[in-house]
Amino acid sequence: MSFIQTLISGEQKLFKSDSLTQMQKITLRFVVMGLVFYGFVVIEGMIMRIYQVKVIAAIGADQYFAILTAHPLVGIFGSTYLIVFGAFLFLVPFLMKKPIWSVKMANWTFLLISIGTFTFWAAGFISHYAPLYTLYWPLPADFSQFSAIGGAVFITGIAVVMVGTFLFVINIFKTIMYTPEGWDKQPSGKLLKSALGIDGFTNMFAKKDKEHLVSLPVAAIARGTVDVALNAIIILFTGVLILVYMLGEIFGVSLEKTAVDALLYKNWFWWGLDLVADGLVLVFVAGTWYLLATLITGKKLFMQNIARAALLVELIVSWTVWSHHLLADQSQPVFLKIVSGEMVTAFELITQGLAFFIVLVTLWSARPLKMTPPLKFLLGGLLGFALAVPAGIMQADMGLNRVLHNTQWIIGPHVHVAILIGLSMTLYSAIYFLFPILTNGAKLYSNKLTNFHFWTHLIGGIGMGAFMGMAGLKGMLRRTLYFDGEYSLYMILAAICGAFLLVSFLAFFFNIVMSVGLKGVIGIFTGAKEKKELLPAAE
Amino acid sequence: MVDSSVVLAGQTLAYTFYTSVIILLMLWFGIKVTSKGKSTKVKPGAFYAFVIFLTVLGVSLHIVTLNTIPWTSLDVNMKNITPDRTFDITVEDHEFKLPSKTLKMEVGEIVMFSVESKDLTYGFGLFRKDNTMVMQMQVVPGHRNDILWKFEKPGVYTIRSTEYSGPKGIGMILKDAVEVVEKL
Repeated sequence: MSFIQTLISGEQKLFKSDSLTQMQKITLRFVVMGLVFYGFVVIEGMIMRIYQVKVIAAIGADQYFAILTAHPLVGIFGSTYLIVFGAFLFLVPFLMKKPIWSVKMANWTFLLISIGTFTFWAAGFISHYAPLYTLYWPLPADFSQFSAIGGAVFITGIAVVMVGTFLFVINIFKTIMYTPEGWDKQPSGKLLKSALGIDGFTNMFAKKDKEHLVSLPVAAIARGTVDVALNAIIILFTGVLILVYMLGEIFGVSLEKTAVDALLYKNWFWWGLDLVADGLVLVFVAGTWYLLATLITGKKLFMQNIARAALLVELIVSWTVWSHHLLADQSQPVFLKIVSGEMVTAFELITQGLAFFIVLVTLWSARPLKMTPPLKFLLGGLLGFALAVPAGIMQADMGLNRVLHNTQWIIGPHVHVAILIGLSMTLYSAIYFLFPILTNGAKLYSNKLTNFHFWTHLIGGIGMGAFMGMAGLKGMLRRTLYFDGEYSLYMILAAICGAFLLVSFLAFFFNIVMSVGLKGVIGIFTGAKEKKELLPAAE
Repeated sequence: MVDSSVVLAGQTLAYTFYTSVIILLMLWFGIKVTSKGKSTKVKPGAFYAFVIFLTVLGVSLHIVTLNTIPWTSLDVNMKNITPDRTFDITVEDHEFKLPSKTLKMEVGEIVMFSVESKDLTYGFGLFRKDNTMVMQMQVVPGHRNDILWKFEKPGVYTIRSTEYSGPKGIGMILKDAVEVVEKL
């Protein structure tokens, strides 16, 4: 096949979008849109990397900070949420061998998150609304720096994403618990108990293991989804609060900003925000690792009951660690700093460490394995968290935080390595694994490009995090600009690594487009013939 | 004398060593798990030993820093310590307002920087001439933002806001605003 033929019809014309079921199409839409938003994030990231090397005259500081505000939010909601939610809306029915509760709701989740993300991104781009994702009070309502209208559209976009998120939460729990038409009555309460991991705990103390009604990956999805819901409540509540001030400003009523206590606000907002960083990400990732390890090896998970129980512990830990973000706040009670900020946070070293151990032992038990793309990326994902979690534990120490807080150390070796290497490589592993299942046996265009994607992403991600970290240890702050070349060398090296990430993503995207063809990509967004089944019936 | 440069040098060494080990370990695992040979069974005991190791590691980090990093105990015991000198600083409209052009103090004194914000959330950080950080704290409006510090050697430091307060905040730098001398 010529290059043009492959570009139009896909590798060996194996991908036929009209053979896909409705659920396959929905999941692929989530993934494609998630990857498009990931493209936004990579390009924005690269612009900021260049800006840190040399200020770009065409981009003002206000525009730079608007990009800095949108960048993580598009990354989390537009990219990660879409890819993860799409995958889970397929996996829960797939693993439970029952239809999804509501296809319509899945479609609405896709639409609302996509539209909401584009709305807040565009509002930031046009109006330069830039309070950063931290939204420290009263900055989001500082109308001497930001437009109230631009801000109101921005916050509305976030709120739309949260509504889509709630629909995802409802759909997941309903799918776990409901009884499909024509089935025997399902034990909803017991299914919920199993999904939340309560039986994993009781099994640890029981003489004989009771059978779990819900598989471990579904349990992980359910538990992470609890944090998704709590996080959405906090963000929505905060959004409404900010919106009230904006509407006041638009209609000429100046509301008193001191009516909101800045420290209390910071506590509740970080409590909610941390449910993403230290909650659902860690729980979802651990669950995805367990699923991938069992699928790759075909073996049972090592220490399965402990793994189940640990997911529940992780969920509870995620509700009590927020104070590590306030170690530099002197009016935060010392008790909270030590107990929540230091001690409970240290638990994450244990929960994530034991997930790491369990996955490695499970893989080891099936040796020799073939180094397939899912295995390769899974090992990358494990390495990412093995690097990023200890970096986080170090900064969650009162002594060290005094010289690390808000430096490039936090955002480099901890955040970017966790997201780019730990989370993204785990997601890539799942994408490579699910690709033939979701496309009814389509073939990847090039294995060489897959290898190129792996190495450039790994080296780029770790390298960028490392150079940012080195600059952080030399005092470079994360949310400001330097104009006299103070950290030029580190920023040039970080930008080179950033370029690796950009090239890596382009290679991956090109590989996927060439695998399914442009016709195939368009076909994903058209209606499906098979509406009921999850996968097409075997011929 | 332990100051932030010593602490960060120690951290750099420890983290570099750890990252080298874990990258090599994963590389070794990747090679071994895909090469010929039968896997040895891992006993649950190894798992429990690993969990105990992580627990000890997590807790001991904080115990070690509490006993070796001098400013941690100042932070924890702040209420029981009377400072030798206090500087009241105000921040408003993205500007630090100091009680005098230069804040002067002696080596070995326990100094309190008490910073009040009149509008937004800011940061308060001290930096050396080579831009490395001495210390910092958040400055939250409507709350007390006090930090105790003991300088072990003479020096001149720059004050800089360490928290984002909007695009206007990037210029919140007061060069050579703090001077520590042997004797005033």
